Amino acid sequence: MVDVTGNPIENIPPAEVEDVELYHPKSWVTKYVFSQDAKVIAIQYALTAMSIGYVALVLSWLIRIQLAFPGSFSFIDPSSYYQFITMHGMIMVIYLLTALFLGGFGNYLIPLMIGARDMVFPYVNMLSFWVYFLAVMVLVASFFAPGGPTGAGWTLYPPQAILTGTPGQDWGIILMLASLILFIIGFTMGGLNYVVTVLQARTRGMTLMRMPLTIWGIFSATILALLAFPALFVGAVMLLFDRVLGTSFFMPAIVQAGEHLKYGGGSPILFQHLFWFFGHPEVYIVALPAFGIVSDLVSTHARKNIFGYRMMVWAIVAIAVLSFVVWGHHMYVSGMNPYFGFFFATSTLIIAIPTAIKVYNWVLTLWRGDIHFTVPMLFAIGFIVTFVNGGLTGLFLGNVIVDVPLSATMFVVAHFHMVMGVAPIMVVFGGIYQWYPKVTGRMLNEAMGKFHFWVTFLGAYAIFFPMHYLGLLGVPRRYYEMGETAFIPPSATTLNIFITIAALVVGFAQIVFLFNLIWSLFKGKEAGGNPWRATTLEWQTPHTPPEHGNWGRELPVVYRWPYDYSVPGAKQDFLPQNQPPIVSAATGKLL
Amino acid sequence: MAVALILVLVAVGSVLFHFLSPWWWTPIASNWRYIDDTLTITFWITGAAFSAVILFMAYCLFRFRHKEGRQAAYEPENKKLESWLAVITAAGVAAMLAPGLFVWNQFITVPNNATEIEVVGQQWQWSYRIPGRNGRLGTSDARFVSTDNPLGLNPDDPNSQTNIIVVGDDVHLPIGKPVKVLLRSLDVVHDFYVPEFRAKMDLMPGLVSYYWFIPTRTGKFEILCAAFCGIGHPEMRGAVIVDNESDYEAWLAKQHTFAELTPQTKKVELNY
Amino acid sequence: MNAAVLFLAAIGAVVLWWLAQQRLTAKPWLEAGTLGDLPDPESSEPAAKIGLWVFLAVVGSLFALLISAYFMRMEMGEWKPAPAPKILWLNTGLLVLSSIALQWARRAAWRRNMEGVRAGLLAASVLAIAFLIGQFFAWRQLDAAGYFLVGNAAAAFFYLITGVHGLHVIGGLVALGRTMNKAWQDYRVDPIRLSVELCATYWHFLLFVWLILFAVLLHR
Repeated sequence: MVDVTGNPIENIPPAEVEDVELYHPKSWVTKYVFSQDAKVIAIQYALTAMSIGYVALVLSWLIRIQLAFPGSFSFIDPSSYYQFITMHGMIMVIYLLTALFLGGFGNYLIPLMIGARDMVFPYVNMLSFWVYFLAVMVLVASFFAPGGPTGAGWTLYPPQAILTGTPGQDWGIILMLASLILFIIGFTMGGLNYVVTVLQARTRGMTLMRMPLTIWGIFSATILALLAFPALFVGAVMLLFDRVLGTSFFMPAIVQAGEHLKYGGGSPILFQHLFWFFGHPEVYIVALPAFGIVSDLVSTHARKNIFGYRMMVWAIVAIAVLSFVVWGHHMYVSGMNPYFGFFFATSTLIIAIPTAIKVYNWVLTLWRGDIHFTVPMLFAIGFIVTFVNGGLTGLFLGNVIVDVPLSATMFVVAHFHMVMGVAPIMVVFGGIYQWYPKVTGRMLNEAMGKFHFWVTFLGAYAIFFPMHYLGLLGVPRRYYEMGETAFIPPSATTLNIFITIAALVVGFAQIVFLFNLIWSLFKGKEAGGNPWRATTLEWQTPHTPPEHGNWGRELPVVYRWPYDYSVPGAKQDFLPQNQPPIVSAATGKLL
Repeated sequence: MAVALILVLVAVGSVLFHFLSPWWWTPIASNWRYIDDTLTITFWITGAAFSAVILFMAYCLFRFRHKEGRQAAYEPENKKLESWLAVITAAGVAAMLAPGLFVWNQFITVPNNATEIEVVGQQWQWSYRIPGRNGRLGTSDARFVSTDNPLGLNPDDPNSQTNIIVVGDDVHLPIGKPVKVLLRSLDVVHDFYVPEFRAKMDLMPGLVSYYWFIPTRTGKFEILCAAFCGIGHPEMRGAVIVDNESDYEAWLAKQHTFAELTPQTKKVELNY
Repeated sequence: MNAAVLFLAAIGAVVLWWLAQQRLTAKPWLEAGTLGDLPDPESSEPAAKIGLWVFLAVVGSLFALLISAYFMRMEMGEWKPAPAPKILWLNTGLLVLSSIALQWARRAAWRRNMEGVRAGLLAASVLAIAFLIGQFFAWRQLDAAGYFLVGNAAAAFFYLITGVHGLHVIGGLVALGRTMNKAWQDYRVDPIRLSVELCATYWHFLLFVWLILFAVLLHR
C-alpha cells in the first residue's frame, strides 16, 4: 500500500454540516408526499415505475395469448393488439426501466454511496418525481381516452402514427406525445441533480476513481440521457405539431384510401433519425446502470475485488461516447443513404469490444473468488447469461448485411428483449434484493427469492432464446396473426404456444415477487446495518433505514476504494471505504 | 453446484437447440447466398464466444463456490490478460465485420444490366410498375394519384405512357435476370419483404428506395409487409412469381400499359 | 444530424478534458488515505452554477437538434424559404441590450451596489419582454405575408424554433422575476449575487443561441 497523504492515521477533522442546511420535513405530507429527501423520492419513483410496469406485464400476457391462440379472446382484436404492443414497449423502456434505474436506484444510491446528505437540489428533485408521476398519469389516461391509447408501435413512426388506419389516432397519440414531453422535462430535473450531486457533493476522500461502479454507471447514463432525450423531445413536439396543428414536418404528400391529405413536403425519415438519435443511447441509458450495479453485486457476493476496475471505468466512458454514433443501425433498411451502412456497421461492432471487456471482467471477478449464492448474486449471474446472449445477437443486427434478412422479424424482438428487457430487469431484481434490507431494515425472503429467480431466469430464457429461430424462419414482428403462410411450418405454432406458456409462468413469478416485497416488509428477517458485509458507504450509515441527512452529525471520510474484499492480512474479508488504514497484525503492512 | 450445472445445461441446450431446431431460414431463391454465408460465420463466432463465456463462468461458480475457510484472491487487474482478451475480441469482430461490409458493398452496387421494376405500397396492398418497350419508368408523384391513375404516374412524362401497371394482382419476374426493385409508398412506411430473396427494404413515403437481386428459382413467393403500417399490416400480402423466359413474356403480353388505362389516351386512340 | 453530432462532439471534448484531470489512470487499490486532491468546499464552484452549466448543455443539445432537423429537412427538397421579417434585427438588438443590462447588474452585484443591481435587472427584464413582443410581431408579419404554420415547411420551422427559444426566455424571466423580488425586499446584495450571476449566464447563453438561430434562419 502506498501512503499518499503522509500520515493517514492522523486524526482528520470531521466534515460537519450544519443542521440548518437540510430541509427537514415538518408534516406528514412534506415527509412522505412532497418529500425532498432523495430516499423517499427514490421509493416514490420505484413504486410508480413498478406499478406501471405490472400493467405492461399484463399487456405482455395478452400479446402472447393472441400470438399463441389467435382469436381466443374477442377483446383482443387487431386494434387492441397494436395498442397493447405499443404500450407494453413504451412503458417497459421509458416509464419502467429508465425511471427505475435513474429515478429509483439513482436517487437512493447516489447520495448514500458518495457520502452526501442528499441531492444538491432537493426541491427540483421533488418536482422531478411529480412531473414523472404526471407523465405516467397522462399515459394511463390514454387508456380511457376515446379511441384508446395509440397503437403506432413504440417507435411512433410517422406518417402512420398520426393517420387514420392506426388505432388511437384521435386522442391516444396526442396523450402519448404529451406524456413523453412531460417525462423528459421531469427527467431533466432529476438528471441535473444526479450529475451535479456526483460532481459536487462527494465526501472527503471520495475521488472519482474511488466511486463504486454503480455510481459510474448511473452517472454516465444520466449524462447520456440528458443529451439524448432532447432528440425525442424535438421529435415528439414536431410530431405533435403535425398531428394537432397540421404542419408537415414529417408528412410527405399522402394519398390515403384514394383521398389526398392536406400534408405535403415533410420527411418521415427525419423522425426516424431523431427517434434513434435518442433511441440508441437509450439502450445504454438502461444498460450502463445495470453494468454498474451488477459489478458491485458480483464483487460483494464473490467476496473479491472487481477485476480490472480501471478498465471497467474506461469501458463505461468509451461505450457512452460511442453510443452517440451508432443510431443509424436501426435504420439500415429505412431507405437512408446506403453508404451510411458502412459507417454505422463499423461503429456498432466496435462498441462490442468495450462491452465484451466488461463481460470478461465480471466473469474474471468470479475466478478465484469465494462465491456466495445469495439471491442478488443469482440475479447477477442471470444477467451475465442473458446479456451475453443478447449482446451476441446484437452482432448479427449491427452488421448491416446480416441485418437485412433479420430486420423487422421476431429475431429483433428476441434480441432486444434479451439484451435490454430481460438482462436489465435481472439487475433491477438483483438490486432490489440487495438494497431492500437498507431501505426497509428487513431481508427479503430467500426461498421466495430463489423461486423468483429460477422461474424468471429460466422462463425468460425459454421465451426469448427460441424466439430468435422464428425470426430466422422469417416470421415478421408486429403481426396480429400470421394467417396462412406457406413458408411457415405448423411447428412454428407449437413453438409459439410453448413461448406463451413460458411467458405466463414468468409473469406468475413476478406476482410471487410482489408478495415477497409486501410480506417481508412485516415478516422479513431483521437485516442489521450491513447484512452483506459490503464495503460501500451506504452500508455504513449510523441508522438503517438511513434517516434524513443520511449520516447523523459527521459525514463519513473515505480512505480506500470500494472493492477491498479479502485483502490479504486483514482480519475480516472486507474493509469498508470509511475504514482508516490499519497496520496488519499478521504482516505488519499498512492495509 | 446446482447453479453451475444449470448454466452448463443452458449453454449446451442452446447449442443443441441450434443444431436440432426445425426452424431455419427458407430455401433461398436469389443470388444473395453470401448473406446466408455471413450469417453462418456470425453464428459460428458468436456461438463459440457464448459457449466459452458461459461454460467458463459455470466452471468458476463450481470451483470457487463458498466453502468454510475459503478466501478469495486479491487481484485488482491483470493488464496482459485484459489486453489479450481485447485483441481476441477485436479479431472476432473484424472476422464478422469484414465479410459483412464486403457483401454490403455488393448489395448496394446495382449491376448496369439490371431491369428496373417499381413496387408501390399503400394501405394495404402491393402494386407494381414495369417499364414498357423503351425500358424506362416515367416520373411519378403521390399528387398525381386519381382513380384512373392509381400509382400517381406523371401523365405528361412520355415515358409513363408505355409503363405496365399491375394493380391487385401478382407480379411476375424472369428467372436469372438482375432486377433493380424501386420502392415507393403512397401513404405510410411499408417494407417489401420476400423471405426467399433475403433482401428487404422500406418503402419510405416521399422518397424512392431500392435494392437489387437475381431470382434464381422459379415458383411463387409470398410478399409480406415488414414495416408496421397500421391496422391492416398483417394482411398486406402479395406474391412474386418467378417465371422462365417464355412464361414471363406470355404474362407480360397480357398486361395493360398506363396509356391503355387512362381515358383521355383512349379518346386519342379513337381519333386515329 | 451534423449539427447535433458536432455539438455533442464539443460536449464530449469538454467531458473528456475534465475526466483527463481526474486521475483516471490511478490505481485506487494502491492508495490508502484521504488523498490530498480534495476540492476545498470554500473555493469550489457552487452547485447551482454547475447545475446551470449542465442545464445549458441540455438546452444546447435541444437547439442543436432543432438546427439539425432544419438542415436535414432543407436538403430533402420541396423547400421554399420563408422571408425573415425585418423586425428580427430590432429584436436581436433588444436581446443584446438585455444581456448587457444583466451583465451590468452582475458587475454592480460584485461592487455591492444595490441600486445598480436593481436598475440592471429592471432594464434586462423590460428589454427581454420587449424582445418577446417583438418576436410575436415577427410571427404576425410572417403570417400576414402568407407564410402560415401549415403549408410552408420553412415557416413551420421558423415558428417552432423561435417558439422554443421564446419559451426559454420566458423561463428565464421567471427566474429573473424571483431574483428581482428578492432584490426589492432586501438591501443586502450578497444573498442575491449568485442569482444575478446565474441569470446573466443564462441570458448570455440565450443570446448566443439566438444569434446562431438567427444566422441559420437567414441562411438560404
